[in-house]
Amino acid sequence: MESTAANDLAIEFRDVSYTLPTGQLVLSGLNLEVRRGQTLVLLGRSGSGKTTALKLVNRLLSPTGGEVRVNGLATGDVIRLRRSIGYVIQEVGLFPHFTVERNIALVPTIEGWPEERIRTRVRELLQIVGLEPSMASRYPRQLSGGQRQRVGVARALAADPPILLMDEPFAALDPLTRNELQQEFVALQQQLSKTVVFVTHDLREALRLASRIALMEAGRLVTVLPPQGFLRSDDPWASAYVRAFGVGPASAASRNEVRNEVRNEDRNPS
Amino acid sequence: MNFFHFIIENRGQVLELTLEHLWLVGVSTLLAVVVGIPLGIMIARWPRWNKPVLAGANIIQTIPSLALFGFLLPVPWLGERVDRLAILALTLYALLPVIRNTYTGIRGVDPAVVEAGRGMGLTDGQLLFWVELPLALSVILSGVRIAVVISVGLATIAAAIGAGGLGEFIFRGLAMVNNQVILAGAVPAAILALLADLSLGWLELRLRPQ
Repeated sequence: MESTAANDLAIEFRDVSYTLPTGQLVLSGLNLEVRRGQTLVLLGRSGSGKTTALKLVNRLLSPTGGEVRVNGLATGDVIRLRRSIGYVIQEVGLFPHFTVERNIALVPTIEGWPEERIRTRVRELLQIVGLEPSMASRYPRQLSGGQRQRVGVARALAADPPILLMDEPFAALDPLTRNELQQEFVALQQQLSKTVVFVTHDLREALRLASRIALMEAGRLVTVLPPQGFLRSDDPWASAYVRAFGVGPASAASRNEVRNEVRNEDRNPS
Repeated sequence: MNFFHFIIENRGQVLELTLEHLWLVGVSTLLAVVVGIPLGIMIARWPRWNKPVLAGANIIQTIPSLALFGFLLPVPWLGERVDRLAILALTLYALLPVIRNTYTGIRGVDPAVVEAGRGMGLTDGQLLFWVELPLALSVILSGVRIAVVISVGLATIAAAIGAGGLGEFIFRGLAMVNNQVILAGAVPAAILALLADLSLGWLELRLRPQ
């Protein structure tokens, strides 16, 4: 058992369930904690409830049972809460009639930051996510998919929220761009240490980004493991994933770097 | 005496009736926008109002205009001044395209954009005025455009109850069995409709996102 001080927990799911108005159970009995500065990856296939779990954190959805605590609180002003949580989705959802600059500046603007501070912050963010300053005046339609998602990440980081929710942010990108953005995410996370909840169905992505992986299936949490532990797990669902992605001990030795990376990490700490 | 002759000889009256016509169409369109856009927003946000509101607007459309003018004539405040009555009737007809296009426009906004906005902590009002309405604007405007073009035609019927407008010439010409007089009403009305259509179409194109 890990003993963690209560204020070390950024997000807590306490016996959370979510039922649709139609009576369909999407989530049941979810108990999960995310410590500050940790990247928790929710891994699971479509319909496993991972996106629902994510939306319960910024209360785009409200649990029908149990409670979700953010910084120890399960209630409070929804609008304030959302502005303190960055939100990145697969479709990005940039405002098409806003320039890149105004998109990134959205939360600072509604929070009433002075103009000069906003402008400085936008420049800083463009640099953080690897975009040229000249991009600021472009419109989303003038950007590539990868650039759009970089802007999406910059927008989420704008008001420096302590928590970041990411719903398959890289899933729609081509493999090269995805790889690039994953690498940058890892670098960025080392620098910023946000509390991140990251939804994906891609085990490789999960292994690469996660501090811990929460595997979900049919609305239930199957197991929560660190990446190394996930590969060695004898849980049937976890090993099914490992086999499907060919990243486990059973796969050909030279096939993937993830495994080697993980092995190296295994060796080091002990 | 040909048609152009008639127009030139009666230019004062042609101008007067055209202005009356514009007044009827302009005021009724304005009212339809003021009432219809909020209704469209309402049914986009609370979809259970969608059916009754659209059904109501649809039913109004099915009432023949001449009959609607007749029905409204005995209504106390309205019947006193026929132009009020004509404006109300035209407003009712213009409502459907305005309501429906507002609804369609708002529902047509990319759900990802709305979700992102909501997720970042925009209030309902900010979402409406910063995101949904600007992005739906060209669709809403195309509804207004349809409403205006319909109104220009319908407003000619208003002359049947004495509310003026270019319909005066049309009804007079019918009574006199004189095509020139009918055309003196019909041609300016058609030109008005075309001009309104073109100018609003141009505006719609300018406001279209992307």
